[in-house]
Amino acid sequence: MQITEILVRYGELSTKGKNRKFFIKKLHRNVRTHLRQFNTVKISSNRDRMHIDLNEEDADAVMAELKDVFGIQSFSPVVKVEKTLEEAKKAVVHLVKQQFTENMTFKIMTRRADHDFKYDTNEMNRLLGTEVEKAVQPVSVKMKNPDVTVRVEVRKDGIFISVDTLSGAGGLPVGTSGKGMLMLSGGIDSPVAGYLSMKRGMSIEAVHFHSPPYTSPQALKKAKDLTAKIARFGGDVTFLEVPFTEIQEEIKKVIPEAYSMTITRRMMLRLTDAIRGHRNGLAIINGESLGQVASQTLESMTAINEVTNTPVLRPLISMDKNDIIKIAQDIDTFDLAVQPYEDCCTVFAPSRPKTKPRLHKVRELEEELDIEGMMQRALDGIVDTVIGKHSDSEQSNEDAFDSLF
Amino acid sequence: MIYFDNSATTKINDSVLESYLEASKRYYGNPSSLHVMGEETSSLLKRSRMQVAELLQVESEEIFFTSGGTEGDNWAIKGTAIEKMAYGKHIISTAIEHPAVIKSLEQLEQMGWEVTYLSVDEKGQIDLDELKQAIRKDTVLVSIMAVNNEMGSIQPLRKISEILESHPSIHFHVDAVQAVGKIDLDLAGSRIDIAVFSGHKFHAPKGTGFIYLKKGRKLAPLMSGGGQEKGKRSGTENVPGNIAMAKALRLLLEDSTAKRNKLFNLKNELTDYLTKLEKVTVFTPDGSAPHIICFGMNRIRGEVIVHALEKQGIIVSTTSACSSRRKTKTPTVLDMGYSKEEAESAVRISLSHLNSNEEVQEFKNQFNLIHEQMRDIN
Repeated sequence: MQITEILVRYGELSTKGKNRKFFIKKLHRNVRTHLRQFNTVKISSNRDRMHIDLNEEDADAVMAELKDVFGIQSFSPVVKVEKTLEEAKKAVVHLVKQQFTENMTFKIMTRRADHDFKYDTNEMNRLLGTEVEKAVQPVSVKMKNPDVTVRVEVRKDGIFISVDTLSGAGGLPVGTSGKGMLMLSGGIDSPVAGYLSMKRGMSIEAVHFHSPPYTSPQALKKAKDLTAKIARFGGDVTFLEVPFTEIQEEIKKVIPEAYSMTITRRMMLRLTDAIRGHRNGLAIINGESLGQVASQTLESMTAINEVTNTPVLRPLISMDKNDIIKIAQDIDTFDLAVQPYEDCCTVFAPSRPKTKPRLHKVRELEEELDIEGMMQRALDGIVDTVIGKHSDSEQSNEDAFDSLF
Repeated sequence: MIYFDNSATTKINDSVLESYLEASKRYYGNPSSLHVMGEETSSLLKRSRMQVAELLQVESEEIFFTSGGTEGDNWAIKGTAIEKMAYGKHIISTAIEHPAVIKSLEQLEQMGWEVTYLSVDEKGQIDLDELKQAIRKDTVLVSIMAVNNEMGSIQPLRKISEILESHPSIHFHVDAVQAVGKIDLDLAGSRIDIAVFSGHKFHAPKGTGFIYLKKGRKLAPLMSGGGQEKGKRSGTENVPGNIAMAKALRLLLEDSTAKRNKLFNLKNELTDYLTKLEKVTVFTPDGSAPHIICFGMNRIRGEVIVHALEKQGIIVSTTSACSSRRKTKTPTVLDMGYSKEEAESAVRISLSHLNSNEEVQEFKNQFNLIHEQMRDIN
């Protein structure tokens, strides 16, 4: 008995009315991207479900990939047997035994696409159910909310049986909700914010501010490695590295310490918004959580947010740090994020930043800066890299080492 | 020169030496430095660790680099003793361990630990029932070698593991120095908590080695300092040595079945030859590792044979180089039930896959002459 296909059930897609076709198409494409290493799988999707025909590919490996695809509610491995009652009985008993728990309840649900088959659905349900009751004990049949539901489908080319239902990642297919620019510092929060936005169907591009020599090459590498981690969920992510040294030095020189944080953040937001404009994004995403640090009070957010009308999405706004850390651990970004490299947010960090900055004061101070000029130079210096989940910034280096090993 | 003393040490492999030189010349930064040269060596170190881990099918984080087998054994034993002091001070080991193990245990005994030494039978193997009975509530460590360095006998690690399965808090340490590449170790998923390896026994440079420490197991460091090797073994990392060792391990395990078959054939040829000789006893038991043959000629002291063969350009040794100059422990032959005289006659041939059939034939020719000359002495 061998798993020959995987049955995929859509998530919220089913409620999307007219857009449904678009969502299914997108999901289809995303699944194909996730499974591109498996050359022979065949994916076909219809209104209600998607079938992945394994064609001898490794079922466990394929299912491990599917777990990362947003827009999938659940999926089941399907076993194909010859089109005889005997074979179906054997397979059903075998599969139920695998799931056996004491006093388990079950039901058989047959669908018959091939109406020439000798038994109809009711007969199949009864025959197979009796067989299970005989062979596996103690079990009983239960129609409502059984522990195990055995799905049997009689088709022209065989009988397809499944029992396990594995939950998928949920959410919406990445790319169905437009594109957002993720402000990615290198800390714990921003990758989680990126992940949650992707889960709601956004595709993202990562904007990272880099201030050499105040920030190290390791800090940049860490940001890229974090991007690779979240690329696992939505395919390749464009990583935009913005040179920020001049701006930080200038602010340090000209702006009183208490206001330097607020104005630095305003510059970051302005730059991110400009990049968004060029790259046709619709929103900005950051990892802010209310009250976490001085820049994340409502007063600070008001003062910083004032530079743009673009929606600034903050998926973590009401989450506790512990809950954020839990997600970071789940998506495997935590260990990377806690590596102690200084990033652009800690460079020149004032010892007592204003937690309640006043907007008119901010505007007044900014008049001392050549905002337009500095922004233009930063934008001109942007370096972009496309990062996939297998990208490792050490890779190029590694090849040079090959001969040593 | 025919080199038949590969259990003492091996000749460094040419391409391994090349890597060692190249790495020493070009990548000499300290991996702990945060500049670009440090980054470079740090990723080389990471890659060495990954390669070793992959070859042994374990996780990267389970590999810790050391200076060799002696350090590894000392660390496994004393590190466990320190770590588990609060839980008990009883250790089980065998009478035939390498001096690095025996001497470490003796040191602990002087400081109040209790050690039970299991005896071995005529095949050089421990008695499993004896082991079962030796386990106490305060036993914190069982230390048993995989392949004996003098005799080549193999301990029943799988059966020992089964016994220890019901004592999950005991550390199981295996000295695998003579075992790597010679027998299947299957560390992943096994009951073995610590396994000790030495680079120069498999054509890597001297002064290299590593231990496998199962994820979740704790081992107190013996080397305190700069916090290298995740704080478990301080001291600036030997990056060129570790690169070279990772390469040597790869080369060792390439076509390992073919290499083992070759060793077995050479060993069988030698064993058959020696067994047929009058007044010669082969001490190495059946079912032992493919690279060691220990034998003796009636009442002729081992060193006499060593010198006679060396005159003809053939290098063999008396048992275990580490103990052959100074008497630091009783020879394994004695523990296996042979007489003192027989034990003193013991000579060890230890092979590498680089030895050839021609060398074995040459050994036979030369030994025929020696045998002829000496069999009637005494």
